[in-house]
Amino acid sequence: MPQMPGLIKGLGVTAKTAGRTLFPKRGWKTLIPAPQQGAVTVQYPHEKEAPPDRARGVIALHEENCTACMLCSRSCPDWCIYIEGHKVKAPPRRAGGKARTVNKLDRFDIDYALCMYCGICVEVCPFDALFWSPEYEYSEPRIADLLHDKDRLGEWMETVPDFEDYESGSEQKVRKVPR
Amino acid sequence: MTATSDQAQRAYVAAQAADARVNVELDTGDMTLNIGPQHPATHGTLRIACQLDGEQVIMAEPIMGYMHRGYEKLCEVRTYPQCTTLINRIDWLGSFANEVPFILAAEQLMEVEAPPRAQWIRTILFELSRIANLALFLGDMGVQVGALTPVFFAFRDRERVLNQIEAATGGRFHPNFDRIGGLKDDLPKGWIDETRAVMAKMRGFCDEMEDLLVGNEIFQTRCRGVGVIPADVALGYGLSGANLRASGVDWDLRRDANPGLAWNEIDWRVWTHPDGDSFARYWVRLQETREATYMVEKLLDGLPGGPIMAKVPRIIKVPAGEAYVSTENPLGEMGYYVVSKGDLGPFRVKIRTPSFNNISIVPWVMKGVYVPDVITILGSLYFILGDIDR
Amino acid sequence: MNELLALVYWQETAIKLGVALAVIPTTSLILVYLFLFKMMAFMQSRLGPNDTGPYGSLQLIAEAIKFLQKEDIHPSQADRRVFRMAPVVVLASTFLLYVVLPAGPDAIVENLDTGIFYAMAVSSLSVLGILMAGWASANKYALLGGLRAAGQLIAYELPLILAVMGVVIQAGTLNLQGIVVAQATGEIFGWGAIGHPFILTQFVGLFIFLIAAQAELTQTPFDMPVAETELVGGFHIEYTGFRFLLFFMAEFGTAFAFSALASVMFLGGWWIPGFDVDDNILNILGPGVMLGKILLIAFLIFWVRFTYPRLREDQLQKFAWKFLIPLSLVNIVLTGVFKVVF
Repeated sequence: MPQMPGLIKGLGVTAKTAGRTLFPKRGWKTLIPAPQQGAVTVQYPHEKEAPPDRARGVIALHEENCTACMLCSRSCPDWCIYIEGHKVKAPPRRAGGKARTVNKLDRFDIDYALCMYCGICVEVCPFDALFWSPEYEYSEPRIADLLHDKDRLGEWMETVPDFEDYESGSEQKVRKVPR
Repeated sequence: MTATSDQAQRAYVAAQAADARVNVELDTGDMTLNIGPQHPATHGTLRIACQLDGEQVIMAEPIMGYMHRGYEKLCEVRTYPQCTTLINRIDWLGSFANEVPFILAAEQLMEVEAPPRAQWIRTILFELSRIANLALFLGDMGVQVGALTPVFFAFRDRERVLNQIEAATGGRFHPNFDRIGGLKDDLPKGWIDETRAVMAKMRGFCDEMEDLLVGNEIFQTRCRGVGVIPADVALGYGLSGANLRASGVDWDLRRDANPGLAWNEIDWRVWTHPDGDSFARYWVRLQETREATYMVEKLLDGLPGGPIMAKVPRIIKVPAGEAYVSTENPLGEMGYYVVSKGDLGPFRVKIRTPSFNNISIVPWVMKGVYVPDVITILGSLYFILGDIDR
Repeated sequence: MNELLALVYWQETAIKLGVALAVIPTTSLILVYLFLFKMMAFMQSRLGPNDTGPYGSLQLIAEAIKFLQKEDIHPSQADRRVFRMAPVVVLASTFLLYVVLPAGPDAIVENLDTGIFYAMAVSSLSVLGILMAGWASANKYALLGGLRAAGQLIAYELPLILAVMGVVIQAGTLNLQGIVVAQATGEIFGWGAIGHPFILTQFVGLFIFLIAAQAELTQTPFDMPVAETELVGGFHIEYTGFRFLLFFMAEFGTAFAFSALASVMFLGGWWIPGFDVDDNILNILGPGVMLGKILLIAFLIFWVRFTYPRLREDQLQKFAWKFLIPLSLVNIVLTGVFKVVF
C-alpha cells in the first residue's frame, strides 16, 4: 500500500511552482495574479533576452585592419570565408623610399549558412580585423541572403561590445575594439 | 546476487513459471516491434528491434548508426583547433567535457602542460558541463516513466548553468574553449559570484527532483528492481560512469586516473549504490549532480591566479606519436586515441565513447522485461545518440 | 419549468438536446483551456498559449479549426469501417453520459430513476471504442495500447461502481436528483444548515472514485494505453484531424462528466446552503454552482495527472484488484452497518 508522504510532497512541489508562477509579487500585492512576470519563459517576439557580451552571434569585420592574409579563410573548418584581394602599389612611407605593395580587399564574404560559429577565424586573425558580436536576429527567408558581404560585415561592427574586464587573479590584458 | 530480497526473487520466479504454463497452453506467437528510430523515448535516432511475447521482451537488439556523422574521418582532414570545434558536438549536452580528453592527449604528445589556472578553470567548466548534462537526465527520466513536469524544471534550471557557460566561453552548447596549452580566454568579471549563486539554485533543483521523483512511490515502483545489472556483468560489458557506480563498482577516473586537471586538489566523494537497478542509476546521478555543485564551489574558492595559456607556438604542429587519454565524462568514460605524424592535424583519432559501450548491454538486460520497462531501462542507462554514433 | 412556459414534449426535448449538444464541446473547451493549457503551464513555470485571444482563450477553437482542415487519412491496412466508427463510439458514450447530469432541480435532460446505474453502464461503452481503435489501426503500438486499455478500463470499472454503492446506500436511491436532495435535506448530528454532503462520511468512497475515474479517463498515473513515451499515442496513434478531435473531446468531456458525477454524489450537486430544494432560482444558479464544484474536482484530477509518473500495467492491475476493490468492499460494509445502526 503506498504511503502518502512521497506522493503528497510531489503534489506540493507542483502546486508551489504553480503558485510562484501565478502570484510572483511580494509584499502586499501578493494575491494579484501576474503570470507574465512569474513565468520563467521569455515571450520571444515581444520580449527579448540579452545574451552575454561574449556570445557568439555574428562576426564583424573591421576592414581597415584586414590585409587579406587569408589566415581566417584557411583555418575555417567549413571553408565558409571567401576572400579576394589584389595588390596595389602604395606610396612609400618616407620620401625617397621604395613603393610598397599592399593588399587591397575586394571581397570578404562569410557564408553564415555554413558557419559553425566556432570562432577560429576571429582567434587566428593577426591584425585584429574580426570581432564577435552577440547579435543573433539575422535569419533570412532565402539561404542565399545568408552570405554576408564586406559592407554588411562592416555594419556589424557597430554592435560589437567592448571587451569586458577579467576576474581577479587573471593576467590577461583587456584588448580594445577599434572603432 | 543483488539487492532484491530472497522472497521477491522467489515470487518473481514463481510468476515467470505461471506465465510459462499459460503460454504453453495458449501457444501464442511472437511479435516484432521496432522501438524505432523515430520515437520520443530513445534520445535520438536509435532503433531497438524487440521480439515480444505479449508485452514481454524475448530479445532486444539495438541498431545504431542512424546518426553517424563520420567524426573520426573528419578529424583526419582537420587541424587541431578545427578538430576541437567538431568534437564539441559528440556529446552535445556535456559540451566542454568532450574537448578535454582530446586536448589532453595532444598536450601529452607535445609535452606541454597547461598552467594551474587553466587546469582549474578547465575543471570548473568540466563540472558545469556535468551538471548541465545530468540535470537534463534527472528531468528526462521523469518523462520516460510518465511524469511530464520534472523535465520542465530541469530545462529551467539547466538554463542557468548554460548561461554561465555562455558568459565565459561565448557558446551555450558548443563552447570550443579548450586550446592546446590552456584556454582561449579568461573568465569575465563577476563570473565567480554568479556561478556560486547558480550552484545554490542547482542544489534547490536537486532537492525538488528528490521530492518529485525519488521520493515518489510510483517512481520507485517503476524503477526499483528493473534492469538489474550485477557488477561483474557491468564490468564485462564495459559500462562506465554512473551505470557502473550504480552497480556497486567504486571506479571514477577523476580520482583513479587523473590526467592532470584539478580534481586532486579538492576533496570530494564518489557515490556508489549496491543495487544495480534503474533507481540506483537515477539516485547515483542525482548525488553526483549535488556533488558537482559542491565541487564547483570549492574550485571557485581555490582558483589560483596566473596565466591561462602556456607558451606554445602560434601554428601548432604536434610531434609524431600516439597518446590515449580518457576522462570521466558525464556519460561515462570518454577517451581519445590520437595518432600524430607531426602535421598540423592528427593522422587518426579513435574516439572511445561511453554510450556506445553502455548500450551494448541492452540485449542482456532486456531479456524478459515488459515493454514499459524497456523504456525505463533505456532512460536510466542514459545515452546520447551523438555519443553512440559519432 | 412547465409552469413558466407551456411547452409540448417534443419542444422541450429539442431544447434539452440542443443545450446538451452545445454544452459538451463548451465544457471540454473550458476544461482543456483552464487545466491542460493554463494550469499545466503554470505548474511548469511557463505561460501556456497566450496569443490567440485574450490570455489564449481562443486557442482551442484555433486548434479545432486546425484539426478540421486536415486531410482525412487512414492507414492502408486498417479496417476502414471499424477505424472510422471507433471515435464515434467513444464520443457517443460521452454524450450519453450527459443525459443524466443534473444542473438544477429541473435542468436535466432526462431524470432517470436508475440515474447513476445508467451513467456507470454507459461510461463503460468507451472501452469498446478504444479496443476498436486499437485493433483497427493496423499498428502494433495501437494494438498494445488498445489491449492495455481493455485490461485497465475493465479492472477499474469495479472500484468505480463499488465506490458509488456507498453513496447509493447512504442516499437510498439511484436517482441523481434524489441523491442531491438527500444531501440537501440531510443533517449532521441534527444541524441542517449545510445539509449533509456525502464527502464527510464517504471520504473513502470519494478517494476510490477519484482514483478509478483517473484510470477510466486514462490519465497519468494510469495512462498506459496512451503512454506517450512508450507507445507514442497508444490507441489513437493513427488518428489525425477530425477523428483525433473526437477522441480529444471525448476525453475531456468524460472528465467533465465524471467530475460532475463526483460533485453530485459527494459535494451536494447544484444545491447550496440557504436555498430550498424546489426553488426555481436554483435552475439558474445551479449550473454555476455545479461548474464551480466540477472545476474543483477536475483540478484534483489534473493536478495528479501533471505530477505523477505512470504505473506499469501489471502494477496498475495489482493496485486495482488487491487494494482498491477490497477497500471499496470494506467501505460498503461499513456504510451499510452505519446506515442500519444510526
